[in-house]
Amino acid sequence: MSEATFPTQRRLHPGSGRRRKQYQPKGRQASQQALSDVQALLGERPRRRDLLIEYLHLLQDKYGYLGADHLAALAQEMRLALTEVYEVATFYAHFDVVLDESQPIETLTVRVCDSLSCELNGARELLEQLPAALGDKVRVLRAPCMGRCDMAPVAEVGHRHVDHASVASISDAVTNKHIHPVLPAYQALDAYRAEGGYSTLQSCLDNTTQRDDLIQTMLDSSLRGLGGAGFPTGKKWQFVRGYRGPRLMAVNADEGEPGTFKDRFYLEQKPHQFLEGMLIAAWVVEAETVYIYLRDEYPAAREVLLREIEQLQQAGLSPHVNIELRRGAGAYICGEESAMLESIEGKRGLPRHRPPYVAEIGIFGRPTLVQNVETLFWIPDIIRRGHEWFVQQGRNGGKGLRSYSVSGRVKEPGVKLAPAGITVQELIDEYCGGMLAGHHFKGYLPGGASGGILPASMGNLPLEFGQLEKHGSFVGSHAVVILSDHDNMKDVALNLMRFFEDESCGQCTPCRVGTEKAVKLMQTEHWDVPLLQELSQVMRDASICGLGQAAPNPLLSVIKYFPEDMA
Amino acid sequence: MNAVAHETIKFTLNGQEVEAYPGETIWQAAKRHQSEIPHLCYAPEPGYRADGNCRACMVEIEGERVLAASCIRKPAPGMKVHSQNERAQAAQKLVMELLLADQPAREVAHDPNSKLWHWADYQALDSSRFPKRSQPAPDASHPAMRVNLDACIQCNLCVRACREVQVNDVIGMAYRGHNAKIVFDFDDPMGESTCVACGECVQACPTGALMEANLVDEHGVGKTDPLTETNSICPYCGVGCQLTYQVKDNEIVAVQGRNGPSNEQRLCVKGRFGFDYVKHPHRLTTPLIRKDDAPKDANTDIDPANPWTHFRTASWEEALERAASGLAQIRDTSGPDALAGFGSAKGSNEEAYLFQKLVRIGFGTNNVDHCTRLCHASSVAALMEGIGSGAVTAPFMAVEESDVIIVIGANPTETHPVAATYFKQAAKAGKTLIVMDPRGQALQRHATHMLQFKPGADVAMLNALLNVIITDELYDKQYVAAMTENFEALKTHIKDFTPEAMSEVCGIDAQTLRTVAHTYARAEKAIIFWGMGVSQHTHGTDNARCLIALALITGQTGRPGTGLHPLRGQNNVQGASDAGLIPMVFPDYQAVDDANIRQRFEDAWGASLDPKRGLTVVEIMDAIHAGEVRGMYIMGENPAMSDPDVQHAREALAKLDHLVVQDLFLTETARYADVVLPASAWPEKSGTVTNTNRQVQMGRPAIKMPGDARQDWWIIQQLAQRLGLPWNYSGPAEIFTEMASVMPSLNNISWERVERENSVTYPCDAPDKPGNEIVFAERFPTASGRGKLVPASVLPPAELPDAEFPLVLTTGRALEHWHTGAMTRRASVLDAIEPEPVASLNARQLEQFGIQPGDPIRVVTRRGAIELKAKLDNAIQDGMLFIPFCYAEAAANMLTNPQLDPFGKIPEFKFCAARVEPVARHAETTASGA
Repeated sequence: MSEATFPTQRRLHPGSGRRRKQYQPKGRQASQQALSDVQALLGERPRRRDLLIEYLHLLQDKYGYLGADHLAALAQEMRLALTEVYEVATFYAHFDVVLDESQPIETLTVRVCDSLSCELNGARELLEQLPAALGDKVRVLRAPCMGRCDMAPVAEVGHRHVDHASVASISDAVTNKHIHPVLPAYQALDAYRAEGGYSTLQSCLDNTTQRDDLIQTMLDSSLRGLGGAGFPTGKKWQFVRGYRGPRLMAVNADEGEPGTFKDRFYLEQKPHQFLEGMLIAAWVVEAETVYIYLRDEYPAAREVLLREIEQLQQAGLSPHVNIELRRGAGAYICGEESAMLESIEGKRGLPRHRPPYVAEIGIFGRPTLVQNVETLFWIPDIIRRGHEWFVQQGRNGGKGLRSYSVSGRVKEPGVKLAPAGITVQELIDEYCGGMLAGHHFKGYLPGGASGGILPASMGNLPLEFGQLEKHGSFVGSHAVVILSDHDNMKDVALNLMRFFEDESCGQCTPCRVGTEKAVKLMQTEHWDVPLLQELSQVMRDASICGLGQAAPNPLLSVIKYFPEDMA
Repeated sequence: MNAVAHETIKFTLNGQEVEAYPGETIWQAAKRHQSEIPHLCYAPEPGYRADGNCRACMVEIEGERVLAASCIRKPAPGMKVHSQNERAQAAQKLVMELLLADQPAREVAHDPNSKLWHWADYQALDSSRFPKRSQPAPDASHPAMRVNLDACIQCNLCVRACREVQVNDVIGMAYRGHNAKIVFDFDDPMGESTCVACGECVQACPTGALMEANLVDEHGVGKTDPLTETNSICPYCGVGCQLTYQVKDNEIVAVQGRNGPSNEQRLCVKGRFGFDYVKHPHRLTTPLIRKDDAPKDANTDIDPANPWTHFRTASWEEALERAASGLAQIRDTSGPDALAGFGSAKGSNEEAYLFQKLVRIGFGTNNVDHCTRLCHASSVAALMEGIGSGAVTAPFMAVEESDVIIVIGANPTETHPVAATYFKQAAKAGKTLIVMDPRGQALQRHATHMLQFKPGADVAMLNALLNVIITDELYDKQYVAAMTENFEALKTHIKDFTPEAMSEVCGIDAQTLRTVAHTYARAEKAIIFWGMGVSQHTHGTDNARCLIALALITGQTGRPGTGLHPLRGQNNVQGASDAGLIPMVFPDYQAVDDANIRQRFEDAWGASLDPKRGLTVVEIMDAIHAGEVRGMYIMGENPAMSDPDVQHAREALAKLDHLVVQDLFLTETARYADVVLPASAWPEKSGTVTNTNRQVQMGRPAIKMPGDARQDWWIIQQLAQRLGLPWNYSGPAEIFTEMASVMPSLNNISWERVERENSVTYPCDAPDKPGNEIVFAERFPTASGRGKLVPASVLPPAELPDAEFPLVLTTGRALEHWHTGAMTRRASVLDAIEPEPVASLNARQLEQFGIQPGDPIRVVTRRGAIELKAKLDNAIQDGMLFIPFCYAEAAANMLTNPQLDPFGKIPEFKFCAARVEPVARHAETTASGA
C-alpha cells in the first residue's frame, strides 16, 4: 500500500500520528478466501476443539501443506487463538506448516524411515540421494519408525509405503502418483463371524455374561498390557470401574516404539478380533465412547478400520458405545498414554504428571480405560478358549503368548507369535531362520529403542516383563532388533538417542535438554563417560515420563556391555 | 482454624515430621517450614498453576522409583520426602547446569537478577560442562518489550501468564523437543502479533528472556541500576489495579503489578507501560496567563509544545490572583449561577471533595459536574430509582462464583482489560458467558452466546428476555414478592414484547432470545455487567432499567456470584461521584433540594448552600451559549474533546468571560483558558481513589512534580482562600477525614486504615472487619426497602440513518488510549502502538465504498466532518462504523449527537447517522497495486 499523504491540513495533536502497521486489528487476519476454503472443507462437522488435529489433517491432505492463511482461518472458524492452532500444528511431524506462501511450495512429502532397522539397511543413503532424484516439487524428510522394520529400508510417498525401498522404487511411486495406501488382505466381518467371532460380545450385550466374571477371567489369564508396560489387564478394569462414570476408553494404536510392528500386523490381518476385544472391554468398564488413537504411519490400517467399524456398527454390534477413530500426526510421544489423551483432546502431546492416573482422570477429566491393540486382540480368544489356554503358553517361567516384532540381522524377520519368556537365542534359531549369512550375533535390543542393548552373551535371558530390569534393560513392546558384528554399538546408541531427541515432547528439562546434550556428547570421538553417566542418572530420575527416563538406556548399555566399541 | 488443623497431612521432610495443609504441595509445605527448594517454572504467585516441567525442584520420596517435582506433588500421610539428600540435590543441580549451558554469560545477562541466576547462586553454579545449542535471534519488534529467547528455558510461565492468567492467548509453546519455542501467534515478531502488551509475561519470566525494553540496553544487556519502589494504584480505568512503580532518578522506568483485590498482580498495557506522559515535553511546569492580544475562537489551534503564541508565564501568586478574581467578579456581578465547575474523575477523592465544596460554598452554586455525566449517568439514575444506590452490588471478581455472566454494551478487553481477564477465566472454567453488543469483540471468542444485536435496539432485546422469563414463569416468585415492587405493571407492560415480535427489531432470532432468557433465569447464580454501550443512549436509563428488572425478577442479586455491575470507566469516577461532583447531590448522593440534608451540610461546612439542583455538563455548555454561565473552573477535564457535538462545546468555552483550567498539559480545553494552572500527575501525589468494585485504595507519590507544578488540593485551597474561604487543610489525610465525616458510606474507613490495608471496600461494618463486597441481600436502601421494577418502552435513537447519512456511527475507546488521550497519547509506548486516528468498517462496507484499509476518508454527520484513515475490522456489523474519541486531530465528538437521555442527562455517543466519503482517489495506490 502506498503512503498516501493526507490532503488537508492536520490539526495539532499530542501523538506522533504515524502508523507503521496495517490498518486492521492486531496480528494476522485470515483472508475471506481462506475462510471460505476452511468452511467448505469442514462442512457440517462440529467445531469442537478436540477435533483440531483431525481438521489439520483435512487441510494437509487437501493442499499438501498447512498454509498460514488457512491456519488463521481455521483458528477463526473454530474460535481458537492463532497460537492454539499453531502450537498444535507445529508439534506433529506430519503437518507441514508453510508461513511464507509466496515461495514455491512442495505439495508431496516423501518420508524415509531412519530408525535403527532401516538405518542398518541403507536409509542414510536414500536420504542423501533422494532430493536430487525427486526434484524440488517433493519434500524429502527423515522420519522415525514406520512399523515395517521387517521390510527395511522403508519410505512413505504421500500415504503409500514403499518396502525394501530404493531410489528407483520411490521415484517410480512419485512419478506414477502412487500416494494412497494399498488395502491389505484382511479377515472381513463375515469371515470373522463364521469362526465364532463376536459371540462373546453378543453374550455381553445380551447380559448373559457378568462383568465381574470377565474381570476374573482376565486376572486368571495373566494377560498384561502389551503396549510395553505390562500392567495386568483385569486389575486395570477393576481400577477404572472403581471411579464414578461417565467413563471413557482409549485404544492406544500409536505403536511407535522403533522396531515394533505387531499391532499393525493384527490390525491389517484380523481387525475384527481386535475390535471385538475393544467392544468387550468398553462394555466391562461401561465406557460411553471409545477413541481409537491410530498412528498416522498406518494409513492402510486406518482404511481397514474405517470400513470395518462401519460394518460392525451397521451390524448392530456396538449399541453400547460410540466409536471415534482418531488419527495421530507423527509423534512417538503420543504412544505414552497420557500424552495420547492430550492428543485426543486436540492438543500437543505432552505427558501428564502422575498422580492422578488416567484410570481416574483421563480424557476430558473422566475416568478412562487405556488399552493397547494387541492386549485387546487376545481378549475374545481368552474368553472363548478359557484363561487356562492362554496361561499355559509360555516358556522359561513366562506366561501367555507374545507377539515379538523381530528385525535386524536375521534371515526371516517379522511378527513372531511365541511363548512369553522365550530367549532371544531361541527366537533367532526357532523362529527367524538364524542370522543373516555373514553376520554373527553380537547383541540385541530386547524392547525397541527404549529397552537398552544387551550383548549376545546375555542371549539366554527370558524376554519377559520384569526379567531384564536388573540388567538395565526391559522387554517393553517386545520389539527385538538383532545386531551383528557388522554393527558398531556406539553408532547404534547414537541413532537411538537421535530418535529420542527428535521425539522428546520438550516439556521437561532432563529430556528436552538432556537428549540434545547427550546427542552432542555422543557425537564426539571420545565419550565423556562420567558426564554421560551423571546426565543419564538425572534423565532417569527427573524426567516426567518414560521417554526421558528410558532414553539413556542404550548409551548406558554401550558403556556397560560394549566397551570395545567405544575405543 | 480447627477444621484445618484436623485435616493436616503429617509427613517427613528431610527427617523432620512436618504438617501440610490440605491441598498444599510438598514445595509449599517445605517453604512454610523454612526449607527452600529451588524452582524456576513454578511461581508462587496468584493465578499461576504449578506445571512441574523444569524439574529444578525434584525431591526423593522413599519407595518411589523416580524423583518427584515438589511444586506439583502433594504429600500423603506418612510420606518420607528428601529434598536435600544426594540424589535429590544431584537432580536439582544438574537440571540447573543443563539450563545454564545455553544461557548468555552472566556478564551480559538480560536480567542479571533473574530467578534463574538467584538459584544458580544458591547452588554455587556459574557455568556448565555441557555443549551449547545454537541460539535464536533477538526480537526487538515491540516498543515496550524485548524478546531474547537465548535465555529461554521453556518453563512456559509466560504461556501460563498469557493464556491462563490474562487469557490473551497470544503466546504458545510451538514445535517439539529441543526445538520447542515460545512463539507469538504463528511465530510472528512480538510487535506484529496479536499481543496486547499487558506485560504479564515479562513479569512472570524467570530468566530475562522477556524483559521491559526500558530495563535492558541496546544490546539486550540488563541494566543493574538500583530502583526505588513505591506502591500505588493505576490511574487509568475503573478496575483500580494495584501496582508498584520502579523509579530511578525521579523517573518511572518500570511498573509491576501488585496483589490488589481487583487485579492480583495483573496490569494492562496502560498500567504497565503508560507512565512516561508525566515527563513529556508538553508538560506544564509554570502557570500561564492568556496574552491580552490572544483572541479566543472555537477554532483556535494552539501547539501544546508551544503555548507562547497565546500565553505568557506567570508567577503562582499572579496566576492565582487572576484566576480567583475573575471568578469572584462574575459571582459578585452576575450571581453564583453564572459560575460552574468541572471536577475530575481522574483525581483523588480528596480533590473531588474539595473541588465540589469550593464550587458549592466558594462559588455558591451547585453547577458542578464531571465526566460521570458522559459515562454512567443514566445507569446511576436507573439504579438510584430501582435499588436506591448507584454503585455496583457486587465486585467483578464475583464471576468466580457465578454460573452465568452477561456482558452487555461493554468491551472489557479494551476498556477494563484486567476485569476482562476474570471474565475470560470464568468462561475457560466452563461458566456460561453471554456477550451482547452491536460490535463484535475479543470476548466473544470465549462466549457461549454472542448476541450482536442491531444498534440502539437494546430495550427491544431486553424486553424480549423479560417477556420470556415472565411468560414462561421462570421468575423467582418468592423474591419478587419479598423484595420488589411494581411487578404487575412490568408484567402487563411486557406482554407484547414477545421474542418473535422483537426479533425483527433487535436482529436476534427468537430461539436465541428464549435460550438466553432461560439460561439467565435458571442459573443458580448469574451476574450482569454493562458499559457505555448501554448507558450512552437517549434511552440509556431505560436500558439500565431493563437490566435491573432482569436481575430483580430472577432474584439474581444480593448473593455471591450474582449482581448488577456497571463497569465504571475512570479510575475514580465512583469516588468522584461519591464525593459529590454531581449537581443534584451533595457527597453520598444526598439531594441538594432536600432541606434537612442541606441543613446538615450547611452545619458541617459552616456556609449557606444553594437549594436548587445545578446544571449538568451538556446543560452548562448550553447555558454558556445562552449567556447564563460566564465563568468556569475546570480541573483535569477536557470537554473540548469529550462533549458531544464538540464544536458546540468549543464555541461555548471560547465564549466564556473567564475560564480557569488546571491540568498537566495545554489540553484542547485549556486553549480557551484565561489562566492555566500546572497540576500534579497521579504518580506525583497522595490520595485515595475508589474503583468500580467500591474499593477505596491508596495512591502514593513515586516521583517529584516537574518545575513549578503544584498539588491539585493545594491549588484548590489557594483559590478558595482567594474567594474568601478560610481553608487551611494540611493535606489529603485531613481532607479525607472531613469527607468521611459527612459520608456515611465511608464509616469505619479512615485514612490510616486505607494507608495500612491499601484497599478497603465500602460499606464496611467495623474498623476491623473487611467491607461488604455483596450488598442488598436483605433489603434495598429505598424508601420501601424493595427494588422497584420500572417498565421501559422501545424508543428509537434520536437520529436514525437516512438516505443522506446511511450509516450508524458509534464511538468509544481503544485499548491503548485513555479518554481524550491527553495522557496516553503522550505515553511513548501507547503512542507507538496506536498513533493515529482511524475509523473502523468491515470488509464488505470498505469494498462497497471502494476504500482500502489505510485510505483517508471523511466522515460526515449533521454536526460536522472529520478526516481520518479507514481501518478494516470485521467486528463491525454492516451499516456501522466505529471511531475512538481520543484523537484530537480527528475528534469523533465533532460528529456525535448531543441529544440527552431525559433522566440521566447523558448524550447519545453510541448512535448517530453518518456518511463516509473517500477523501481522494489515489492513482498511485492503483498503480502500485497493479
